Amino acid sequence: MDTTNSKPLVRALYDDDDVLLSAVKELRSKGVRITEAYTPFPVHGLDKAMGLKETRIAIAAFLYGCLGLTTIIALTYYQMILDWPMNIGGKPNATWGWNMPAFVPVMFELTVFFAAHLMVWTFFIINGLYPGREAQNPDQRTTDDKFMLEVEDGEKVLELLKKSGAIEIAHV
Amino acid sequence: MHYESPVREPLVIGDKTYHDITRDVARPIETTAPKMWWIAFSIAMAMFLWGVGGILWTIANGIGSWGLNKTVGWAWDITNFVWWVGIGHAGTLISAVLLLFRQKWRMSINRSAEAMTIFSVIQAALFPVIHMGRVWLAYFVLPIPNQFGSLWVNFNSPLLWDVFALSTYLSVSTVFWYVGLIPDFAMIRDRAVNPIQKHIYKILSFGWGGKVKHWQRFEEVSLVLAGLATPLVLSVHTIVSMDFATSVIPGWHTTIFPPYFVAGAIFSGFAMVQTLLIITRKLFNLEDYITIQHIEMMNIIIMLTGSIVGVAYITELFIAWYSGVEYEQYAFLNRATGPYWWAYWSMMTCNVFSPQFMWSKKLRTNLIFTFIISIVVNIGMWFERFVIIVTSLHRDYLPSSWSMFSPTAVDIAFFLGSIGFFFVLFLLYARTFPVIAQAELKTILKSSGEKHKKHHSDDNHGHH
Repeated sequence: MDTTNSKPLVRALYDDDDVLLSAVKELRSKGVRITEAYTPFPVHGLDKAMGLKETRIAIAAFLYGCLGLTTIIALTYYQMILDWPMNIGGKPNATWGWNMPAFVPVMFELTVFFAAHLMVWTFFIINGLYPGREAQNPDQRTTDDKFMLEVEDGEKVLELLKKSGAIEIAHV
Repeated sequence: MHYESPVREPLVIGDKTYHDITRDVARPIETTAPKMWWIAFSIAMAMFLWGVGGILWTIANGIGSWGLNKTVGWAWDITNFVWWVGIGHAGTLISAVLLLFRQKWRMSINRSAEAMTIFSVIQAALFPVIHMGRVWLAYFVLPIPNQFGSLWVNFNSPLLWDVFALSTYLSVSTVFWYVGLIPDFAMIRDRAVNPIQKHIYKILSFGWGGKVKHWQRFEEVSLVLAGLATPLVLSVHTIVSMDFATSVIPGWHTTIFPPYFVAGAIFSGFAMVQTLLIITRKLFNLEDYITIQHIEMMNIIIMLTGSIVGVAYITELFIAWYSGVEYEQYAFLNRATGPYWWAYWSMMTCNVFSPQFMWSKKLRTNLIFTFIISIVVNIGMWFERFVIIVTSLHRDYLPSSWSMFSPTAVDIAFFLGSIGFFFVLFLLYARTFPVIAQAELKTILKSSGEKHKKHHSDDNHGHH
């Protein structure tokens, strides 16, 4: 996470999520910096225990939804009111406001379309995920049933890791 | 740690570890296909190819090769379209609505239900697209500049709303499904021994490594997608029903259509999930994950939505009488007692009567009975759309234009072909994709797994 720091890293492997969670709390209270955790499934509370901030991706999704809504309002206004107004069954497309009830379904759909797709693209980009990328996890077992912590090496770190229940410890 | 009452039945049966889940989910991908799979795949493929023949015939010779006539201008094509869209609804309902309601039992079935959604919406989309006749001009439905000057699409038309609803639904469901698949593809990638297989799953898994920040975002994205997909799924069948409800045909012009269609869609979708999962769990030995309890829960939803549909049928009849409009009254009298009486009563029997058996616990936990009812329900729901569409059209205002509809061989080929195509896709999926959302399932192993639950309840007894 912090690129200016060049201390060597230690990787510790755990075989239980509850042990991992208490290890994280224990290590952080002893002042050990944890740089990364790799888990096979979302371990609830791990992000808070590691001191991570809340993600803001939902706010991004809201803004994308607003963009979608604006797009469809502009599109319906330009195409149906401004550029080629039609008189269907004696009901002319006079103003956008009068015609709006008929646009509600497409307004909703495009809001959802933009919010969902752009949010997922954002998710892929900020996580650096793309087809064919090399696996981000250093140990293949962490997608199965093992949990890995990456911590900065220092005094007593190895001892603390061992005490916290790690089953394997290795320097990077 | 999430705690669950010991009174609740375990969702994962047996003494399972995280590794057992990994192994059981990866097994269908890593082993060769069972013989039954090949038999099913061959039948589905043959039906699909027959359907391709029907489609090519239609494109070459025009819509005249179908059984449509001047009076019945919509028949099997739209029936099949609505039927398939309806089936698609259960997947999103399971993965999105049940996620918002924190229903943990969705976890072993959501992956396959979503796959079913995507595959059935693909079938649905085929029908209106082919019905356009000149398929190569299908892009006319998009609001894009074209060679005719400023001739745009008509945003007032429910058929255009359908284009937007369907494409949003298909694409958002696919994305929702794929985001959930990424960690599971990574699991398959990390286990793969065969280098070709490893490479394919490396591409599919986008390099996922399960970093803590990525999981945090993953959960937020899943939650927001569920929040978006929930109103979306309700909007899709609402808009499909507006294709009919906004017209002035007696029998179609009713305000009850949106909720009635949505309930019917969930009803038929859950029935199709039952059909598929009862086979899948048996074929791939997933009985410990897709348990009798899952089947029972879905049967309760089938019973509930089937009853809602029944109430809607009766309400329609009442309102037709109460409206005092003789055309409306005739439309419903003609449905029940006219030349298509058999379609109407098939619908009534399959949709209203048959789900009532699910009040009995013995029957709704019986696999064979559930399987039969699941097929019966989908036959009934096909008849429902046929009844709504064909019987409302075939006797219009002028008795001189009254007619009947009978499908041609091309109609039949196209319909059965779509069933074949659906099963081809599903069977391929079942062999190459993780059919259970294993990463998600691992999060509830300690709260809802059988071994851990027993452990918890022992602890509780100790304290007393």
